[in-house]
Amino acid sequence: MNDTDPRPMPPDSPADAAKPTPPPSASPVCKSDLLEAGEPIIKFEKVVKRFGDVTVLDELDFEVRKGEKVTIIGPSGSGKSTVLRILMTLETINEGVIWVAGRPLWHEERNGSLAPASEDHLRDMRKEMGMVFQQFNLFPHMTVRRNITEAPVQVLGLSKEKAAARADKYLDLVGLTDQADKFPSQLSGGQQQRVAIARALAMHPNIMLFDEPTSALDPELVGEVLNVIQRLAGEHDLTMLLVTHEMQFAKQISDRVCFFDKGRIVEEGPPEQVMTEPREERTREFLKAFINPA
Amino acid sequence: MLFGIEWDTANNWVFAVSILPILLKGLVVTIQATVVGFFVAAVLGLILAALKASRLRIISWPARFVTEFLRDTPLLVQVFFLYYVLPEYGIVLPAFLTGALALGVQYSAYMSEVYRAGIESVPLGQTEAARALDLSPLRQFSVIIIPQAIPRIIPAMGNYLVSIMKDVPVLSVVSILEMLNVAKIIGDRTFNYLIPLSMVGGLYLVLTLVASAIVRLVDRRLPKQGIPLR
Amino acid sequence: MEWLSYSTPLLQGAWVTVQLTVYSTILGAIAAFAFGIGKVSRNWLIKGVSICFIEVFRGTSLLVQLFWLYFALPVLGQQIGIDLRLPPVVAGTLALGLNIGAYGAEVVRGAIQAVPPAQYEAAKALDFTPRQTLWRIALPQAIPEMMPSFGNLAVQNLKDTALVSLISLGDMAFRAEQIRNFTQDSVGVYTLLLFMYFGMALVLTAIMKLLERSIGRWRAGRA
Repeated sequence: MNDTDPRPMPPDSPADAAKPTPPPSASPVCKSDLLEAGEPIIKFEKVVKRFGDVTVLDELDFEVRKGEKVTIIGPSGSGKSTVLRILMTLETINEGVIWVAGRPLWHEERNGSLAPASEDHLRDMRKEMGMVFQQFNLFPHMTVRRNITEAPVQVLGLSKEKAAARADKYLDLVGLTDQADKFPSQLSGGQQQRVAIARALAMHPNIMLFDEPTSALDPELVGEVLNVIQRLAGEHDLTMLLVTHEMQFAKQISDRVCFFDKGRIVEEGPPEQVMTEPREERTREFLKAFINPA
Repeated sequence: MLFGIEWDTANNWVFAVSILPILLKGLVVTIQATVVGFFVAAVLGLILAALKASRLRIISWPARFVTEFLRDTPLLVQVFFLYYVLPEYGIVLPAFLTGALALGVQYSAYMSEVYRAGIESVPLGQTEAARALDLSPLRQFSVIIIPQAIPRIIPAMGNYLVSIMKDVPVLSVVSILEMLNVAKIIGDRTFNYLIPLSMVGGLYLVLTLVASAIVRLVDRRLPKQGIPLR
Repeated sequence: MEWLSYSTPLLQGAWVTVQLTVYSTILGAIAAFAFGIGKVSRNWLIKGVSICFIEVFRGTSLLVQLFWLYFALPVLGQQIGIDLRLPPVVAGTLALGLNIGAYGAEVVRGAIQAVPPAQYEAAKALDFTPRQTLWRIALPQAIPEMMPSFGNLAVQNLKDTALVSLISLGDMAFRAEQIRNFTQDSVGVYTLLLFMYFGMALVLTAIMKLLERSIGRWRAGRA
């Protein structure tokens, strides 16, 4: 993960773009840098996930291409959040294989076959993804700036100055530069979520995962967060996976919408198709609950 | 020889076995002191709690001061105080009762807090509903509040019972022949403190585990919403 | 009045009490964190040792522990050929510190386990190692939770120091007993002694409350 790669995120400064720096860890350069736009960056192959007796993901096949913005919609319990949590390595899988940027996520290749992933491999793979949680999950004992710089310093090995520069850049992106020295308890929900987005972005992931980012917010604060996500979608080549109930918003930013039900994809396609003229009965039933202005 | 039982210092094992009955006699005294102390603490604690709950500040403030004072001063000093001071006012008690009384007085402060917390944990809505149904204050207290407070009070009291048991050795300073005192006397006379003291430690561990298990059992058997009244 | 003449030896004893309280509280804090964190460790050896320590020192009486360290340990030393006689100060600090440390360990453990799981998820998403998560994310949030209980334990520790007078360590209680032996004025000496402990306890409580407030500064503000 060095700053000279032609990456979706702009480099920290023009000077850094010209100067080659060695990778901070011994792991190979992330393969996603070598993917062409349009190749699958995420691939679920017959993935099964069970919680006790309940099968949440039922032999799921799912693909996301590099740079794509995909929204997942569906009733609660359909497995949508689980997909994101599995990608972020917060949940294991029972069967199947998941590929991220050409490498297995929950497995590793050993002697030509796939074995369950070691903790080191998982730590390596986590660097590809960043996640924004429904409940923000900011660290309450750290200032906004510290929340954003802590991981780049401790995990990526950045110097304090470089990390601070990154923090300033992303705080500017989410519009919270003047709140840098406040504690999370002093911010509104919308502000906290925007900080959470900046915190995830500061790790320069290739894939951003948003798990119902506005569901825990008061209605008047939803817009500021959606604006930030929209800017991200429009201005950067990030691959984005969004789980949300904000249907209008999903229509605006998505390249593709997937309707999940009972652990499988019922219907997927461009937003105009899935949301305005759905083909499947179940999709129609679900969308009826959301009043869509024509 | 102690309590009429001889010990055998041939080797460690024989020694240990021979003093076990002596230690067990001390154990009996330990348990007696624990029970008496607990009883005194429970009763005195109730009185203290009632005084503290009084709406008359002239009653509640001294009660609160006494509670705080008892909680912030060492048991050892309280034992000495009662032991030396009571006779000066003409009250001459056997050492055992003085010690158990001191134990009870110290823990009555903690007990009063347990009572207060248990009663406060019953939701205010219960009192309001009882009043709306026109129940007399006495019936309110005894039939509505207390049965619901008890499941909260019992586990805390149980924990303090175990604490009281662990504080009994302090009473050895007034020559009460509880377990630790017995072990120390054996050590003083044989110069082998290791065996008796280690055995006492082990016995205490067993006692604590058993007592804690009993408290947990009682706690589990108690319905959480309160003593059922048919 | 005679009380003034008591004050010098009692104050000397008070100084010993204060020192003992400070040393044993420090030892206790170290033990509390070491064994409290150890008990939530995934390493079964560390976890086992921690559980044993906590059960033994919480399950036996403090006076038993004190007497064991002061009277029994030297005998053990004799039997295995090392000189394990501890001076009263060392035995006292050790017994007090380890005892209060075992109770403190349960407080530490409870507070760590009370940190919301969502915080651990956020840390994992940012790719922190488990050790980084414990020291940078979990513990800083757990410590303000521990402070009220630590306040109680500190006062308990102060009261427990009186027991070292039974192994002839010259603390406040020891001095008081000496004076009583000499003057036979039980009521005066012991009343004074009780109030001195009371005063110390109030000061200690105030210090702990101050600590509690300064550690939890980030908790202020809107929820």
